Amino acid sequence: MSVTHDARVQVHRPAATAPRPAVRGWPEFNNPAAWIVAIILLIMPAIANGFFLIEIFATTLILGTIALSLMFLAGYGGMVSLMQLTIAGFAAYMVAVFGTSDNANISLGWPWWLAVPMALALATAFGTLGGALAVRTEGIYTIMITLAIGAAFYYFTNQNWAIFNGHTGINNVATPHFWGVNWRWDIPFYYVVLAVAALCYFAVDYISRAPFGLALQGVRDNPRRMAALGFNVNAHRVAAYAIASFIAGLAGVLQVWNYRQISPGSVSVGACIDILIIAIVGGITRPIGPYIGALVFVLLRTFALDFLVKIGLDGNRFRLLIGLGFLAIVFWSSDGVIGLWQRWRASQRRETNRPGGGRGHG
Amino acid sequence: MTRFVERHPAWALIIIIAIVIVLWLVFSVWPPGLEEAIGRKRVFLNAVFNGITLGGLYFLVASGFTLIFGLMRNVNLAHGSLYLFGGYVGYAISASTGSWILAFIVAFILTALVGVLLQVLVFRRMEGQDLRQTMVTIGLSIVFADLMLWACGGDFYQIQTPSWLIGPVELPLLTAVKSSGEPVYLRYPLVRLVIFAASVIIGVAMWLALNRTRIGMIIRAGVDDRDILAATGVRIQLVFVLVFALGAGLAGIAGVVGGTFQSLSPGEDIRFLLASLVVVIVGGMGSIPGAALGALIIGLAEQLGSVYIPTYAIVVTFLIMVLVLALRPQGLLARR
Repeated sequence: MSVTHDARVQVHRPAATAPRPAVRGWPEFNNPAAWIVAIILLIMPAIANGFFLIEIFATTLILGTIALSLMFLAGYGGMVSLMQLTIAGFAAYMVAVFGTSDNANISLGWPWWLAVPMALALATAFGTLGGALAVRTEGIYTIMITLAIGAAFYYFTNQNWAIFNGHTGINNVATPHFWGVNWRWDIPFYYVVLAVAALCYFAVDYISRAPFGLALQGVRDNPRRMAALGFNVNAHRVAAYAIASFIAGLAGVLQVWNYRQISPGSVSVGACIDILIIAIVGGITRPIGPYIGALVFVLLRTFALDFLVKIGLDGNRFRLLIGLGFLAIVFWSSDGVIGLWQRWRASQRRETNRPGGGRGHG
Repeated sequence: MTRFVERHPAWALIIIIAIVIVLWLVFSVWPPGLEEAIGRKRVFLNAVFNGITLGGLYFLVASGFTLIFGLMRNVNLAHGSLYLFGGYVGYAISASTGSWILAFIVAFILTALVGVLLQVLVFRRMEGQDLRQTMVTIGLSIVFADLMLWACGGDFYQIQTPSWLIGPVELPLLTAVKSSGEPVYLRYPLVRLVIFAASVIIGVAMWLALNRTRIGMIIRAGVDDRDILAATGVRIQLVFVLVFALGAGLAGIAGVVGGTFQSLSPGEDIRFLLASLVVVIVGGMGSIPGAALGALIIGLAEQLGSVYIPTYAIVVTFLIMVLVLALRPQGLLARR
């Protein structure tokens, strides 16, 4: 459990170090770096053009939100679920099935404000049921069961033509138009994605410090003691799955609006594992980790081809690069990029302290 | 057996009735009403035989997986990659030398070597850290999959069946009776039957090795409590390497088998990883008889499902897994 055990260190730190800030629940308000990141994200459309805005930043935020749901389960609940992308894909399929698309014999043609809540409700139910199955076993078995669920869903979408339209998937899914705005235009869509991502981020941040989140972390650290204290361990775990499924479902809706189509390729086992890679590379001890991981992943995926060709290698070896990077992170930093950053900060601090100590001796 | 009947009389009755029904379906000549309702008997028998032989293949893959998991608590998610690697090696050998038997031997040795390297270089460094080991196997499966795609491309390969195994044989099972009163017997590919027999032999050999030899005793003791076993002075690292080599080698053999009666291509690694996951979840983690039972159930479910409810076949497999998890989360034949 070495990958998940460090998260507890983070929980009480804000309250311990900050001298009772005015807004105690939100340590981000005192952090200048957080403000800078927020402002950059808000004025991004003025800086970046359409390609960067959608292909890099919106995609990062969507993948990051899916990975955030995994981070919530793994970091606070100790349950590494590989089916988060499957839940997102399920929500995406449901938007396509209930909404409007080119496949008129499948899509029911509901307006988006009816199709989206329906998709979210179904995705949450699907994820909660999967979670209820997964919590029947513990630890390492969770990975196997959730992977089996994800893979089964992938093969099912490939086989089933009545609802999922087989391996061609559902194309030209309608995106919402209202108040005279086409919300799939680059700039409005970017702000929609940013708003959802921010909402999910702060929700997870809030829950991690709410009584439920604290109890969940207790369940992660010592389920037997929590059971002895009167907490219903399995109910907490299933509730965590429900919350994570809702977050993943939101991201899935955004994903289908982003690509305007959904096919089994988007819910393949490889894609499920990509979400795990994103979360692990970013670090699963804090909600910001998945977004960092997603940025690294999207940048690599977009530019690795050019980069590999430039240094004289075969451009198709992008997955090899991802796999090796992931292995390196798992080998040397159990806390992803965040862990590396914190270690670097700690060593910097030691270095600034050392000259002082040296003077004392000399 | 008698204890099971005494403790679960209702379940025992259901199982006995199911077995009787299946035996009747296999051996009787079907009345016309039944043929009208669910199709020809030949189709049914073919599906059953395909299911059983596919179960044999699944058993070969899953037994290595479950053995490694049982002893080392290492969920080796790179097991599918070992399967595919064994298949490619077998294809290369059989294409260059033309010998099918040699393909098995070389595939076994090479995949076992990969397994030894993995255990010595990677997993020994992170012993007791289950989750981290699993993450590493995920990373390795990505790297392996891409390396194999690089080396072999995205084509389909099929290993040539040796000439003495080509062609169907007639089995003493009636499929129908012609209007002239002449019985029609089932014809089935010989190679599949031979492969199934081989997997049964391997399974029995493994069972004997685990239950009747000293090293098997050590492995069983390690499955139960590896700390105490290490404390008694057994060189447990050696046992780990041996078991990892055996499990990986079995995956390699399974790759050659799968390459002979199906085909090899990128993506097969994931398919067989899923199959072995479901098989060991159903059968019980770390149990060889459990892997055999699980493989049989899943193989039959997959083949019968794809014949009778084609677009929902995978759901049947999945429902079996859900049912087992709901009723017996540790798996059908696991002890804990």
